[in-house]
Amino acid sequence: MIQKNLRGIILVELLFPLVLLLFGVYHGVLQVLYRSGVIQDLEFAGINYYRGLTAHGVINAIVLTTFFAVAFGNAVISQQLKHAVSARAALAGAALMVLGTLVAAGPIFAGKADVLYTFYAPMRADPLFYIGVVLLVVGSWVSFWAWIPGYLRWRKEHPGQKTPLAAVGIFATFIIWQICTLPVAYEVLVQLVPWSLGWTSGVNVVLSRLLFWFFGHPLVYFWLLPTYVMYYTMMPRLAGGKLYSDFYGRLVFMAFIVLSSPLGLHHQFTEPAISSGYKALHAVLTFLVAVPSLVTAFTLAASLEYGARQNGGNGLFAWWGKLPHFDKERWLFPYLFLGLVIFILGGITGIVNASYSMSALVHNTSWIPAHFHLTVAGPVFLAILGMSLYLSLGLLGKKCAAPGMAVAVPYVWTLGVFIFSAGLFYSGLHGAPRRTNLGISFLDSTSNAYRPDWRIGEYVGAVGGILMGLAVLLFVYVLVRSLASARSAQLANSFALPVSEPYHDEDIRVVRNFKPWVVAGIVAILISYVPPLVQVLSANYPLVSE
Amino acid sequence: MNSAPSIPQVERKVLVASLILAGAMLALIAYAAIRLGISVPGCVTNVKPFEEGELIQVAPGRYEAHVVAKKWSFIPNLLKVQKGSVVDFYVTSKDIVHGLMIDGTDVNLMALPGVVNYVQARFDKPGKHQIICHEYCGTGHHDMIGTLEVTP
Repeated sequence: MIQKNLRGIILVELLFPLVLLLFGVYHGVLQVLYRSGVIQDLEFAGINYYRGLTAHGVINAIVLTTFFAVAFGNAVISQQLKHAVSARAALAGAALMVLGTLVAAGPIFAGKADVLYTFYAPMRADPLFYIGVVLLVVGSWVSFWAWIPGYLRWRKEHPGQKTPLAAVGIFATFIIWQICTLPVAYEVLVQLVPWSLGWTSGVNVVLSRLLFWFFGHPLVYFWLLPTYVMYYTMMPRLAGGKLYSDFYGRLVFMAFIVLSSPLGLHHQFTEPAISSGYKALHAVLTFLVAVPSLVTAFTLAASLEYGARQNGGNGLFAWWGKLPHFDKERWLFPYLFLGLVIFILGGITGIVNASYSMSALVHNTSWIPAHFHLTVAGPVFLAILGMSLYLSLGLLGKKCAAPGMAVAVPYVWTLGVFIFSAGLFYSGLHGAPRRTNLGISFLDSTSNAYRPDWRIGEYVGAVGGILMGLAVLLFVYVLVRSLASARSAQLANSFALPVSEPYHDEDIRVVRNFKPWVVAGIVAILISYVPPLVQVLSANYPLVSE
Repeated sequence: MNSAPSIPQVERKVLVASLILAGAMLALIAYAAIRLGISVPGCVTNVKPFEEGELIQVAPGRYEAHVVAKKWSFIPNLLKVQKGSVVDFYVTSKDIVHGLMIDGTDVNLMALPGVVNYVQARFDKPGKHQIICHEYCGTGHHDMIGTLEVTP
């Protein structure tokens, strides 16, 4: 059972970003139209290409993901740890997040923060943009802190009992978030805000980039781990089976605490000021963090196979057909399963990006957005959509009013994102840059820079992008129709998240305590980041302003 | 992990398979870096950031390209080198963060103000390559395009 006094807070945290998502997705669809040259202009309907790109990134990748992680965390912790959440602190966290989002939205839409969500110092944004982002992040910290006293109480009241796996996953998510947001908080509060207010003459750009990319990759795991919680603890149950290995679930979450941070330099392979030896070290560490994801692939496949065989599936691969792919009663399943299918390609292309020697080919080309739309806009986005619908309807005591269409949404999205990424992979390998208004330059047939060889990839990308937009419209239709349907108090009272039982339930002590893993994570960060930090600080780079 | 013996056989195989996969991929990268000599830009400390961009022929078939990136062009905007030349690229920025990618080659660098980036490349085929700014740098970003011409 999810705490009664949290339900309103969780609903706001789910629905508020979904409203903003309409703007975010609108600008996503516009991107592919500009890039393919369908729109050949600096702006469309009064909004500049790069302003729309900023809104797309900030809303979809920061606001939606952060709100969802907190909302889902509140639901999981409250259900699994028997009402462990302080409702007052959760309310304060939610209020800060909403306030921060609104404060940051002002400058974005006023055109005073065309800096994309990666900040791009020394490109200057209005101070309110930075302050809004800080409030959003601090709100997520407060929400996390609201779980800790209740968790410690739960441990005392349940001596010797394993912490439920879903709660372990949520805590791992927010431990990583807490660690990785500290350097970027320093960047924003000490470097960017004072400079943006005119109090300092400029920014040490090299340092700011080192701090940002310390945050930039663990951010990916902050997006991904709530999805992993669903994969490990809910999808097996929806498939009619059990989680194959409880131990691996725990091991994977703990491994991410250690391995998700000490590898940010793989975003900086093509940058000056950092020695190639440190970059190589981070490349090796990046391959280590692939291991928990590979373990996850095996464990989830085994869990799904177990479920399918319980449903009467057999054969080497024929059991795939016995999973509830089109089951209207279990419409949440394809949101998770298809995300997993997308993630196979997302994961593999991520390994390509992390490969030290291949960076020169793909860095900052459209290959990169093709890749991350198969991760954050694949498993992560589908899980967010599916679980937002599931949770908000459950908490309100409503039923899905269009279950057939709810099942169709992830299929349309999956088709769209595969087509989109295929196009962008192709043009990226041919040199098309990311984050660029191609329609008025490289894809303008009257321009000297015209690149007919990029046309096909960008057209294919546009078809995929439009399909993705269509999937979101279908989703909004399902959500609105369901929210407008009749409420049943009985349904609301009996609602709970589906939680799988383990098939193998070993009790291995080493994965039952966060402390050694957090300590190992901090040691790994010190080893991997102190040397490049010393290198950057001792070089005394000048303060630069736009 | 001394508690490993209690992990069932199948699950242990999973971990071993994952480690082997990751290890094999890493070995391929090490091979590319060490045997094929594919490396990434490192830290250049012996070159002070420069204001003027220029292409200097230091010897027959050897050039130094000092490129300054600024909003929204490269200086020099045209680099002409002879077929078979080896070029040392030194890249910096005059204002904000830019990128410098030479289309169809391995030259892919970030240009940061106050610091110099470096890569070496060899050009064996005559022809023209676009020099593309691939890092967002404001409203004129998409117009920041230069040319590298390899003459026969």
